Amino acid sequence: MNLSLLIIIPLLTAVGVLCCRESKQVRTISLLGAIVQLALSLFLLFQYSQSHVVTSSDMMFQSSYNWFKPLNINYHIGVDGISIAMILLTACIVVAGVLISWTTEKLSKEYFFLLMLLSVGAYGFFISLDLFTLFFFLEVAVIPKFLLIGIWGSGRKEYSAMKLVLMLMGGSALVFVGIAGLYWNASTWDILQIAQTPLPIHIQKIFFPFAFIGFGVFTALFPFHTWVPDGHSSAPTAASMFLAGISMKLGGYGCLRVATYLMPDAAHAYSWIIILLATIAIIYGAFATMMQTDLKYINAYSSVSHCGFVLLGIGMLTKTSINGAVLQMVSHGLMTALFFATIGMIYSRTHTRLVAQLGGLLKVTPFISTVFVIAGLCSLGLPGLSGFVAEMTVFMGSWQNPDKSYRLATILACASIVVTAVYILRATGKTIMGPISSTYETLNDARWNEKLAAGILIIGIVIIGVAPFLINQLIGPGTDEIVTKVLGTVNP
Amino acid sequence: MSIDFLMLLKQEMMLIVIIFILMFLKLGKDRSNESYMTIVNALLLANVVIGFFGNEEGVLFAEMFRTNKLMVLEKNILNLGMLIISMQSFVWLKTHKHVPEFYILLLSTMLGMFFMISAGNLLMFYLGLELSTIPLAAAANFDLAKRRSSEAAMKLIFSSAFSSSLLLFGISLIYGTTGTLIFSQIPLHLGNNPLQIFAFILLLAGLAFKISVAPFHLWTADVYEGAPVAVTSFLSVVSKGAVLFVFVSVLYTVFKPLAGAWYNMLFILSLLTIIIGNLFAIRQDNFKRFLAFSSIAQVGFILVGISGSSTFGSASVVYFVLIYVFSNLAAFGVISLVSSITGNESISNYRGFYKTNPVLSWILTLALFSLAGVPPTAGFFGKFFLLFAGAGKGNYWFITIAALNMIISFYYYLRIVKAIFMDENDHPIPRVLIPLMPRLALYTCIAGVLAVGFISYIYDYIHSLSRGM
Repeated sequence: MNLSLLIIIPLLTAVGVLCCRESKQVRTISLLGAIVQLALSLFLLFQYSQSHVVTSSDMMFQSSYNWFKPLNINYHIGVDGISIAMILLTACIVVAGVLISWTTEKLSKEYFFLLMLLSVGAYGFFISLDLFTLFFFLEVAVIPKFLLIGIWGSGRKEYSAMKLVLMLMGGSALVFVGIAGLYWNASTWDILQIAQTPLPIHIQKIFFPFAFIGFGVFTALFPFHTWVPDGHSSAPTAASMFLAGISMKLGGYGCLRVATYLMPDAAHAYSWIIILLATIAIIYGAFATMMQTDLKYINAYSSVSHCGFVLLGIGMLTKTSINGAVLQMVSHGLMTALFFATIGMIYSRTHTRLVAQLGGLLKVTPFISTVFVIAGLCSLGLPGLSGFVAEMTVFMGSWQNPDKSYRLATILACASIVVTAVYILRATGKTIMGPISSTYETLNDARWNEKLAAGILIIGIVIIGVAPFLINQLIGPGTDEIVTKVLGTVNP
Repeated sequence: MSIDFLMLLKQEMMLIVIIFILMFLKLGKDRSNESYMTIVNALLLANVVIGFFGNEEGVLFAEMFRTNKLMVLEKNILNLGMLIISMQSFVWLKTHKHVPEFYILLLSTMLGMFFMISAGNLLMFYLGLELSTIPLAAAANFDLAKRRSSEAAMKLIFSSAFSSSLLLFGISLIYGTTGTLIFSQIPLHLGNNPLQIFAFILLLAGLAFKISVAPFHLWTADVYEGAPVAVTSFLSVVSKGAVLFVFVSVLYTVFKPLAGAWYNMLFILSLLTIIIGNLFAIRQDNFKRFLAFSSIAQVGFILVGISGSSTFGSASVVYFVLIYVFSNLAAFGVISLVSSITGNESISNYRGFYKTNPVLSWILTLALFSLAGVPPTAGFFGKFFLLFAGAGKGNYWFITIAALNMIISFYYYLRIVKAIFMDENDHPIPRVLIPLMPRLALYTCIAGVLAVGFISYIYDYIHSLSRGM
């Protein structure tokens, strides 16, 4: 399959949206584009599983064109299992995001255009095998957020938009230094070529922090997580879903594919710092969530905590833990998008997101409330849903690392689940149970578009929860390759 | 011989012919401004098109004048900038009394720049530089009724005179220590002689004045604010671009033996320039002042690329200037339209601009994104290649500071985007009708901003030309 289609289709959709006149046409075209994207990524999965030898970790469907010849820059794309998992996640969230924003009337043309541009950035990032192309798409996925949050957001939207973009751009400035350093020492931008010839360890030690912290900003690495609560809570619903579901995954994927994969020795040397920061993020995020009264803030802070698991998994550097990190990325993406979608549905009806003012919604809006419960249970790790699988894998993998202080970190991280249970159950209980305020008695339940959006995300969550081996087979070879790079070079 | 002579001096000759045509037109019967401008724009267009054909390398007048493909390309970039500026100033000049004079002044300036770029001798270089400065000061005074405009002209002429005297002092010291003024001879006589380094510093300071490198930038903001928008855009794009081209070629060829000395100087100057430009740009409310400081910061980034002192460095500078022509002129085009139709020049007036002028808002936004270096605009590629070239020396702390400074620049560019799209305003700038000429110019700029980055052929071509340096 020609992977460039994954960039071309959303781009065409975006251009098509610009040519429309009415908002009805705009959303129809966006939905069509999003569905084609989903179909494409499912087709990609199908072709991958057909033509793929289970043990091989090769990049599939590669193609490469010269772009800037003197600088050695190629447009080189290809996918392995990890990228395909990320592409599927992106496609699901794009469809759900378009469906959720179905009723957007304010400047709808610009809104859907920017959403599509964001998805171009995300797809391009996940399929790039060239550091320049990767960086290009990483930045493409940042700027639309400024406009999305600033124009259609709520609350302190300008402040949040500015803070988010400046922090993410700061992250990508660090990433720039990291990849420029890689180029000047390896004389190529190509990820596969750099991986084949490991750089000397003192070079790796210089540039690993740049790349890892740079991508870490995207995935809420402590102490660079402060954009998360503000950004998520001010963004319009679909943008929150994109932010938490896709953008934060760009960071995780980058930490894995660029920082850890290309500079394995440094990853090994610095793993204790990563684990320390990740553990702080997990615990701090969980306790900070307990204090929140706004549903969006609850989900945003819990995202800090959950993304901590991704970094913890990467830092532990065992096969199972890195598998768990990838699983957690997919699972958190789906779960948090579902959560934000539900919060959006509730907010559009009650015009409040404060837990204290809500209550008894189960009686009037059974569908929305059920979805809310599912998202919550997934977040606290109920078996049968994706959250359990992902977190369990991370914990098992972390425990495999025999170092005593690492095990302490694992225990602390495990303990945070109890805190998660407290805030999730409390929020769920207060929102959908209990007495209902008289003003909410006439609320309508979810419309078709909202049901469909939630349905798609729930299907993803349940599939991973019930049949985790499917996704394990998909991402296994990719994580194997990374782990052999990390461990192979240290203990030859 | 004579054919060769004409071919090598092709672009200079074209300018001289256009200047003479304009003079004769002025002598003839009175015409309407619009017919003048149609003629001028047609001539300038022809000038740009012809510039691309029949390029040769060669030397004339005992190495006073030399040319090669890279220089021809640089002059073409300046020609293109001139054409765009001319089309954009349509609305402003329509009611002006002295249209032909305005063009004669600007074209004489261009002529000076062309000779400066092609100079093979320090005296020729100085002559070109002077020719490119004095008419410009007269042009800065072209809002005849406004006192600020005269003030700008005065400041420009004083600071230029000062920098020229520094340059001349430097040139005389170079002549004194090497015994020659010819570019190809000077490197043979350069060594670690302190007097030569002192002479070089004087030369560097003189040039730094022209491209407003900190700490020689103080004249910039006032002149930009006072001069008419057309002249401001000429100053910030064409004039700056020309001196930057010369700067690169002089550093890389004539002063190559002193590379050890100038590498450190550039290193400090560029960081200082970026930081000062950025910090001052944050607080500006006048759009022209804002662009003045942002262009100071841009020059700082260009110096980062130059300090890489490699083919990458020189190619990325030329490439960046080309992109800068499109992006900065797109921004100036919008400002020029708005200022000549409604008289608004401050950023706070642009609040709620999107409600009334969606097309102009998007053009301005894309231009600002390109200046900030955000993909998919061309500015991203330009900035990336500059910083990348700077990293070639292995000085990563320098690059890190420069890259982190981009965050500050994002802040002030995005501040304007915020004003345009997000701020509420009860009295936004009314809908501005865009006449055909400026519309064409703006669309050209936006096409450049969107396309130049992706068409890698352009960079490849510039790179292949820079290889010989």
